[in-house]
Amino acid sequence: MNPLLTFLVVLIGLYGLSTSKNIIKSVFCVTITEAGVILLFLNLGNLEGGSIPIFAEGLVNIVDPLPQALMITTIVIGSTVTALALMLCIKIFHHYGSVEWDVVLRDGGEE
Amino acid sequence: MKKVLALVFVLVLGALIMNHLNDNNLFAGFGDAMLENRVSQSYIDRDATENNDGVVFDESLDLESGAANTVTAIVADYRSFDTLGEVTVLFISSFGVALLLGQSKKRIALEFKPNFMLKIGSRALFAVILMTGVFVSIHGHLTPGGGFPGGAMIASSMLLLYLADDEFRAKMRGFKILESVMGVFYIILGLAGLMITGFFLENFLDNGALGTLFSAGMIPIVYIIIGLKVGSEISSVIDHFLSEEGA
Repeated sequence: MNPLLTFLVVLIGLYGLSTSKNIIKSVFCVTITEAGVILLFLNLGNLEGGSIPIFAEGLVNIVDPLPQALMITTIVIGSTVTALALMLCIKIFHHYGSVEWDVVLRDGGEE
Repeated sequence: MKKVLALVFVLVLGALIMNHLNDNNLFAGFGDAMLENRVSQSYIDRDATENNDGVVFDESLDLESGAANTVTAIVADYRSFDTLGEVTVLFISSFGVALLLGQSKKRIALEFKPNFMLKIGSRALFAVILMTGVFVSIHGHLTPGGGFPGGAMIASSMLLLYLADDEFRAKMRGFKILESVMGVFYIILGLAGLMITGFFLENFLDNGALGTLFSAGMIPIVYIIIGLKVGSEISSVIDHFLSEEGA
């Protein structure tokens, strides 16, 4: 299987980002894009029939631990950045009474 | 019209990616990563700075990094400075959530009235989940997991209490103090490494035998610090999400 197929997830996220009318949906499209990148990185270190990178008795054929270590960072930061973005959505809803891009952009332009 | 344009854009981007990245050796196929040519092999053999005699489970003493879990060895030992930056990003985003919402006195009311059994049962489950989180944090150098998933488990036990008890409100001041103290401890640990070995966040404790609980030098300490810090940060984010907007 071609590892570039993980870019499909990234492209789905980008498509959603450019078409979604709702701000919360846009936030989750960013999350989907991030999931595609995580899949790509984990693919890079994958070995057919490989074992986990934790030492035990008679361990051979360890998968690449470096992408996994990098992706821990991405997952943790991604979750908190999503939390921050959703908090911004709450503020936007309190200010404009809506989380639709159209309404927010129109009302924001008048002020 | 907008959707068609977006589809065309995405398809063109996909075709470009397929054309330009498919025909070189940048990405190995699914399941045939060549570790011999990568820096990862030195992390697995623990010979990033010098040669050693090979890693033997339960016997190897004084390795470069004594954690059985290689991912942990990279995150909390080889690239610990990176993790310090990551923890800083976590702190900034939880600080941003707190700053956006402001101090709020009231929490969101539940749609239902929790009965006695739900309250007591959720408290029993809270203890189990909290213990699992602490366990995962402490055993980060031996088993999958570590400080970040452990911290998320600690925060999820707080979330359970919030969802099952309509009067529960955690003492956020305690969490904020815990978070700051843990951040300071991490820096102090790094400075101690600087004083003793000459490198920031360098391991200065005995590595022990690979695979035992008291091994891997300061990796368990770092992961306990990270677990408590992440747990208190995510708990404070949860608290802010579940409290009403302060006037």
